[in-house]
Amino acid sequence: MTDTTITETAVTITIDGQPVEVAEGSTIHAACVEAGIDTPTLCWAENLTPVNVCRVCVVELEGSRALVPSCSRPAEEGMVVQTDTPRVRHSRRMVLEFLGSGVDLSQADDLHHWIKAYGADPDRYGTDGHPVERVEEPVKVQDELYIRDYSKCVLCYKCVEACGDDAQHTFAIAVAGRGFDARISTEFDVTLPDSACVYCGNCVGVCPTGALQFKTEYDLREVGEWRPDDQTVTRTVCSYCGVGCNLDLHVQDERIVKVTSPADHSVTSGHLCIKGRFGWQYVHGE
Amino acid sequence: MAAEGAENGADGCQSGCVSFVLRGLAAEDAESGVDGCQFDDMTDIYLGADRATEPEVAAVDAALGARGVDPVVRPETERLYTSGRSRRRERRHFLLPALHALQNAAGWISPGGINYVAEVLDVPPAEAFGVATFYDLFRTEPPDHEGDTFHVCVDAACQIAGYDDLAASVRASGGHVHLGPCLGQCERAPALFVQGSGGRRDYVPADDEPFELPQAGEESLRLLRRIGVADPSSLESYLAHGGYQALRRAGEMGAEAVLEAVAASGLSGRGGAAFPTGIKWRAVAAETGRPKHVVANCDESEPGTFKDRIVMEQDPFAVIETMAIAGLATGAANGWIYIRGEYPLATARLQDAIDAARAAGLLGPDAAGTGHDFDIAIWRGAGAYICGEETALFNSLEGFRGEPRNKPPFPTTHGLFGEPTAINNPETLLNVGDIILEGPDAYRSRGTERSPGTKLLCLSGKVGRPGLYEVPFGTSLGDLLDLAGGVAGNGELQAVLMGGAAGSFVGPDSLSLPLTLEDTRAAGTTLGSGVVMAFDTSDDMTAVVVRIAEFFRNESCGQCVPCRVGAVRQHETLVQMQRRGSLSPARRTLIDEMAEVMVDASICGLGHTAASAVRSALDLGLIASAPSR
Amino acid sequence: MFGADTEVEQADVILLWGSNAREAHPIFFHHVLEGLANGARMYAIDPRRTSSAKFADRWLGLSVGTDIALANAMGREIIAAGLHNPDFIARSTQGFEAYAAHVESYTLGWAAEQTGVPAEAIRDMAHAYATAPKAQILWTLGITEHHNAVDNVVSLCNLALLTGHVGRWGSGLCPLRGQNNVQGGGDMGAIPNKFPGFQDVADDEVRAKFEAAYGTELNGVPGKHLTLMFEAMEAGELRACYVIGENPADSEADVEHARKLLAGLDILVVQDIFMTRTAEMADVVLPASVAWAESEGTVTSSERRVQRVRPAVPPPGQARHDIDIIGEMARRLGVDWGHPSSRELWDEMRSMSPMHAGMSWERLEASGGLQWPCGSEDDPGSEFLHGWLWADDLEGHDPAPFSITHHAPPKEELSDEFPLRLTTGRALDSYNTGVQSGGYASPIRYGDAIDVNPADAAELGVADGERVLVSSPRGSVEMDVRLQPDIPTGLTFTTFHFPELVDANVLTNDEWDPRSGTAEFKAAAIRISKLEPEPAPA
Ligand SMILES: Cc1cc2nc3c(=O)[nH]c(=O)nc-3n(C[C@H](O)[C@H](O)[C@H](O)COP(=O)(O)O)c2cc1C
Ligand code: SF4
Ligand code: SF4
Ligand code: SF4
Ligand code: FES
Ligand code: FES
Repeated sequence: MTDTTITETAVTITIDGQPVEVAEGSTIHAACVEAGIDTPTLCWAENLTPVNVCRVCVVELEGSRALVPSCSRPAEEGMVVQTDTPRVRHSRRMVLEFLGSGVDLSQADDLHHWIKAYGADPDRYGTDGHPVERVEEPVKVQDELYIRDYSKCVLCYKCVEACGDDAQHTFAIAVAGRGFDARISTEFDVTLPDSACVYCGNCVGVCPTGALQFKTEYDLREVGEWRPDDQTVTRTVCSYCGVGCNLDLHVQDERIVKVTSPADHSVTSGHLCIKGRFGWQYVHGE
Repeated sequence: MAAEGAENGADGCQSGCVSFVLRGLAAEDAESGVDGCQFDDMTDIYLGADRATEPEVAAVDAALGARGVDPVVRPETERLYTSGRSRRRERRHFLLPALHALQNAAGWISPGGINYVAEVLDVPPAEAFGVATFYDLFRTEPPDHEGDTFHVCVDAACQIAGYDDLAASVRASGGHVHLGPCLGQCERAPALFVQGSGGRRDYVPADDEPFELPQAGEESLRLLRRIGVADPSSLESYLAHGGYQALRRAGEMGAEAVLEAVAASGLSGRGGAAFPTGIKWRAVAAETGRPKHVVANCDESEPGTFKDRIVMEQDPFAVIETMAIAGLATGAANGWIYIRGEYPLATARLQDAIDAARAAGLLGPDAAGTGHDFDIAIWRGAGAYICGEETALFNSLEGFRGEPRNKPPFPTTHGLFGEPTAINNPETLLNVGDIILEGPDAYRSRGTERSPGTKLLCLSGKVGRPGLYEVPFGTSLGDLLDLAGGVAGNGELQAVLMGGAAGSFVGPDSLSLPLTLEDTRAAGTTLGSGVVMAFDTSDDMTAVVVRIAEFFRNESCGQCVPCRVGAVRQHETLVQMQRRGSLSPARRTLIDEMAEVMVDASICGLGHTAASAVRSALDLGLIASAPSR
Repeated sequence: MFGADTEVEQADVILLWGSNAREAHPIFFHHVLEGLANGARMYAIDPRRTSSAKFADRWLGLSVGTDIALANAMGREIIAAGLHNPDFIARSTQGFEAYAAHVESYTLGWAAEQTGVPAEAIRDMAHAYATAPKAQILWTLGITEHHNAVDNVVSLCNLALLTGHVGRWGSGLCPLRGQNNVQGGGDMGAIPNKFPGFQDVADDEVRAKFEAAYGTELNGVPGKHLTLMFEAMEAGELRACYVIGENPADSEADVEHARKLLAGLDILVVQDIFMTRTAEMADVVLPASVAWAESEGTVTSSERRVQRVRPAVPPPGQARHDIDIIGEMARRLGVDWGHPSSRELWDEMRSMSPMHAGMSWERLEASGGLQWPCGSEDDPGSEFLHGWLWADDLEGHDPAPFSITHHAPPKEELSDEFPLRLTTGRALDSYNTGVQSGGYASPIRYGDAIDVNPADAAELGVADGERVLVSSPRGSVEMDVRLQPDIPTGLTFTTFHFPELVDANVLTNDEWDPRSGTAEFKAAAIRISKLEPEPAPA
C-alpha cells in the first residue's frame, strides 16, 4: 500500500485454550473476533480510538490482577486469555446491570442480547423501596436535523471522539461534570445551533443507544411509525462534492429516513459532512 | 482522549530543553506575554458571543504572561499568521492556570472568560468547559454570594470532630460555606480552607498558628529532622542543616550509581501503591530520544493524609533538592510539582524555594554544578481527589479532564505529555536524600528486610496528640498510638482506619500489628498513604462509613461504568441501611457483587478501592452488626 | 486527482493552495487533519484566512491572482538554495534550464511586493516544501477559477517536478474536484475533445476504433466547452442547446449576459431533476431522476475512484432515468439503441477505454470502488499516478516538462471607481447554486452577505448587517455587510449559493481561461456604497 514496506509480524495468543494468530498490534478483541468468540462492546468502534471506559468487553488475562479491556489491550505473544470465566461473566453482567439501572437502554439494540445472555437484572437495585438515582433529562430538540436524549446516554465517549480528534475536529461537545453527574455537553450547555456544531451528524452516526437520533427517526418513533424491519438499506455515493463519500440510504415506505456511511470505507471511515448526511431531502421534493 | 500530548511534534528537542522553554516553565521575560486584546475568531474554533470582562482578561493575561505564554495564533502581518497544532499542543497545559485565574478574578468561570482562554490557548470552549466542570474549586455558575468561599471538610476526622459546629460559626459570621472532602489538615480537625475571589488570595486560617511537630528535635528522626529546626523560608538555613549535600554527592556519583543505590535501598513508593522506586527510575533512565519528566505528586487528597503538606510547608527545599536528584538519575530535565489547590502555604513556600534555588544556581542549567540541567514548575490542582492518581494527574496538568488512563502503557514510557516520566510522592523523594548521603546499607539498618527505612504516619481522630510522626517500619500499631498520646475521646478504641478512605478498618485486636508493607498486607489491610485514624466507641461508625461511600461517589471521575455507577449504588445501599438500621442478606450480597466488579473491571485505583473500607467495616461488624428493629 | 485521499495522512508538509477544503471537501479534510495529527506542517495559501487556513501552521494571505508570482518565487528560492532534486530533474523532466532562467527574476523581495506576503514567509515555505521527505500540494477552485487557471496549476506542478514531490506515496499534487462526478464526466468523454478514457477525438487511430465499434462515422473536430458555447451563442453560431443537469442561468459568471443569450436560442431543452432557472427558460423540460438515489450507475470521485450508485427510492411522477430519456431521444431521432442496462453500458464503455478495462461490474459491486487506471481484472487499481517518473526508463514516457508561466494580475484592475477586490467561494452546508442543498433546514446557514474587513467597513462608514449596494462594471446588487476580520483589507468575499437572494454572479468577471474554459469567479473589482435612505412615507 505504501512505499515503506510494512513487514507484518504475527503474534500468537491463547484464548479459551485455543491458539489464535493475529497481526502484531491487534487487540485481544480482534483476536477474539478472529477466533469466532463473540464479545460484547459498547464504547469501542472500528473507526474510533479505543477509550476503554465501558468495561463490558473485559477478559481475564493470566498474570494480570484485574480484568483487562479486550477492545484496547494489544495482543502480545504468549498471552493466555479467558473470556468466559465466572469473573468475566460477573463483571460483564454487572456493567450491563449498572448501565440499565441508570439510563434508558430501550433503544440500545446491540445490548439487549447481551443483557439476556448474562442474566443482567438492572431493576434489582430499586427493589424494596430503595431510591435509585437515574439520569433523567428532557429530550433536547433544538433544530430539524437531530435530537439529543441524554437519559439514554451511557457515556461511551463515542460522540465526543467523532466530533473531536477522531474525525470531525469540531469539538462542539465534550464530557462535562464528574462522576455520575458527568454529561455530554456543549460549553455551558448552549444549544447546538449556538455551539460550534457543524451538523455533520457524525456523533449521531456512532451513538449506540439512541441518545443521539436523527430527527427523521425521532419523529417516526414518536408516532410509533419507526419500523426497522420494513426498511431497506442501499449503498450509493453522495451527490455533492468530489470526495465521493459512500452513503447508506435507509428507506422506509419509499422515503429516505436516515443516512449512514460504512465505517470500513477508506474515504469516509463512516463519517460524512452535513451535505451528505442531510442534503438528501430534496429527493422528496420541497 | 489525551492523544494530543502524545507526540512532541516536529519541534521536539532531543535534550528536552526546548520543550522546557516552550512549556513556559520559568520564563523570566514576563512582559513578552499576552498583549491583552480580545481578537475575534482568530482560532479554528468557534466562539460564542460572550466576551470576558476586563478583570478576567487582566487575570488571565497576568497568569499566562508571568509564565511567558503567548497566544497560539500569532498575527505576524495582516497577511501572515502563525498558528498550528504544535503551538496549540505546547500551550494546552496552561489551561489549568488560566482557569484558576478566571475563578479567582470573578468568583466563577464565566462564558466570556472561557471564550477568552479558548481564544488565547486555542482550546475548544466545550473542552475548556468540560475541564472546568471537573473540579470542585471551579464554579461555572455565577456565585450566589459575595466574597470568598469557606470550604469545610466533612470527612472522617472532621466528622468526628464536629465539622457542623465550625460550619455554623462560619455562617454566623456571614461566610459562605461549602462542605467538601478532606482538606489535608486532619490533625487540626475540623478543617477550613478559604478560597479567595475578586482577586483575593486563598488562605488557611490555621496556618497562622505556630507549627509544632510532636517529635520535633528527636534524634531518631530522619525525614523530619529539619522540621522545627531549620527555617523553611531560608535557603541559608537549609544549607546550614545539610541541604544540597545529597544533590552534590549525587552529581559526583553519577546517574548510574544513584540508580544503583536507590535500587539497593529497597525504597518503595509512599504514595500508596508501594512500587519499588529503583525499578521505576531505571525504566525512565533507559528511555532515550524524548524529553523526560520528574513529577512530584503533591496532590495529597486521600482522606486522613497530611504528611506531604507538612513536609512541603516545613522543608520545601528538601522536596526540590530530591526532585533534582531524581532528574539527574533518570536523565529528566523537566520537574513538575502538581500540588492540590487547597494548599496555599505549601505552594507559596515551594515557589519561594524554587526561586531561591534557581537564583543560587541550584536549579536551572547545570543545577548545583552537577552538570545536569533541571528546573521545576508548579501546577496547582483544583479540587479533585482522582488527580492524585498518576495518569489522571498527567491529564489534569496537560489541561485535560483528570481522567485516569488505561495502563499499560505506563508512565515510565508514556507519562506526562506522553513522554517518559518518573512520578513520585514527596515522601518517597525525601528518602532518596538519605540513601545518597548515608548509603543503602545504613539506610536499610532501619525498618525491616522487606520494608526498609522509616515511614511518615498521619495520626488523626481520637488520639492524644494528632499530627505527623516518623517511625521505623515494623513499629507496632499500638506503640504508634501510644507515641501519639494514646486513645483519646472516651479512651476506648473502637477501630482504626488504615490507609485512608481507600484503605480499611482494623479493630482493637490489631494493636500488635507491625506496621510494615508485608504485615499489613497479610492482615488484609494497608499502610496506603500513611493514614492512622482512630475512633473511640462513641463514634458513629455507620455515619463514617456512609460518608466514605459518599466520598467515592463524589470523587469518581465518572469515566468507567463499574466505578461511576457502582460507587453510586454502593452509597445508596448504605444510606438505606443507615435509615433502616439494618442490611438484608440480599443487600449484603449485592455490596459484595458490586465490590467485585469495581475491583475487577474499573480502570484505576479509585474504583479498585472504593469498596474496601466499606467491606472491612461490615466484616468487622462496625456497622449494621445488630439489626436494630 | 493524482493521488489517494489517504496519502495526505502521511505527508510531512502540506501546501493547501487556494482551497477551503474544510468547507468545500469536508471529508477529504478529515484526511488532512489526520496528517496534521501525524505531525505534518501545513501552509495555507489563500487571500482569506479561511476555516481551513486556521488549521495551518502558517497562513499566507496572498493578494488575489498572485499565485504564479508566489509559485515562481518559491521555485527560484528552491533552486537558489540548492534544495531542488537534480537527479530527479535530470532523469525525469525536461526544460529545467529554461525554467530556472525564467524564474530567476522572481526574487523573494519582488514576490513579497506582488503578493503582500513577507519574503521570509515565502522563503520558509519554499524550504519546508523542498526539504520535506514527503510533501503534498492540494488545490481547488481558488487556483482554477482564474483567467489564467491552467498557468496557475502548472506553476504548482513545476514545484513538484523541481523537488520530486510527485509520483510517490505521500508526495504529490491533488486537485480537489468540486462536484461528485466531474471527474467521471471527463473520464466518460464529456469534454469537448475526448472519447471515454481521455482518448483524443482528433486521433485517427482512436477514432477508427470507436467508429468500428459503433459502426458509424465520428466527428474528429473537438467540440466547444461551455464558455466557448456562450461565445458561439453570442456570435449567432449556436442556436440550439440541450442542457443536462446544469444551471447556467444561475451559475455562469456575468449571469445577466448568459441569461440573455440563453433566451435568444431557437430551442433550449433542459433535462433536470429541478425546475431550475435555466429550466424555466426552456422550450422543453425533460424531468430526470436523481442519479445517486433513484438510478443505477457509477460516479468517479476526485481520487479517480469509480463507485457504484444505486436506486434507493423510485423517481417521482413522470421523472425518468437519464438512460431512458437519452434512448428515447435517439429513437425519436431515428435510431434504436434498445433498453441497455447501466451494467451493459458500463461493459461497453470499458471495452473501449483501456484505463477502465479491469473494472468489471462485479468488482465494482464488491469493493469500495476502484481507482483508474485499472487495466485488467487482476489489477488492484492505482492509488496514485505518475509513478513512472521514478522508473528508470520512465516506462516509455517522455520526461515531464517544466512550464514557463508569467505572473499576470487579475484582468480586472482595481480603480478609483471599483477599489475593492471581490472573491467568491463556498460555505460548508451549501453547494453551488443551492438547488440541492436548499432542500434541508440547515441550522448553520446564514445566507449570502458580503464579508468586509472591519477597517474597510469603518472607512466606508458601513456597519455589520447593514444593507449596501455592491457594484461591479457589470451590474449592482444589494447585499448585507458582514464584518470579517479573517480577510485582509481591500478584499471582500461572498458565497454564491443563494441566487434568489443575491445575484453574486452578476458581479463576477466572465474573463475566462482560454485553455480550461473556466471563468474568473475569483477576482472582480467592486465598489460598496451606502444605500440612499428610504424616502420618508408621505
Ligand atoms: C485515586 C488515587 C489517588 C491517589 N492520590 C495520590 C496522592 O495524592 N499522592 C500520591 O503521591 N500518590 C497518589 N496516588 C498514587 C499514585 O497513582 C502513584 O502511585 C504515586 O504517585 C507514585 O509515587 P510513589 O511511587 O512515590 O508512591 C493515588 C492513586 C489513586 C488510585
Ligand atoms: S450520546 Fe451516545 S455516543 Fe455520546 S456518549 Fe452518550 S451514548 Fe455515547
Ligand atoms: S458527504 Fe460531504 S465531503 Fe462527502 S462527498 Fe458528500 S459533500 Fe463531499
Ligand atoms: S475507577 Fe473510577 S475514578 Fe478510576 S477511571 Fe474508573 S470511574 Fe474514573
Ligand atoms: S468496549 Fe472495551 S471498554 Fe468499552
Ligand atoms: S481535613 Fe478533614 S478529614 Fe482530612
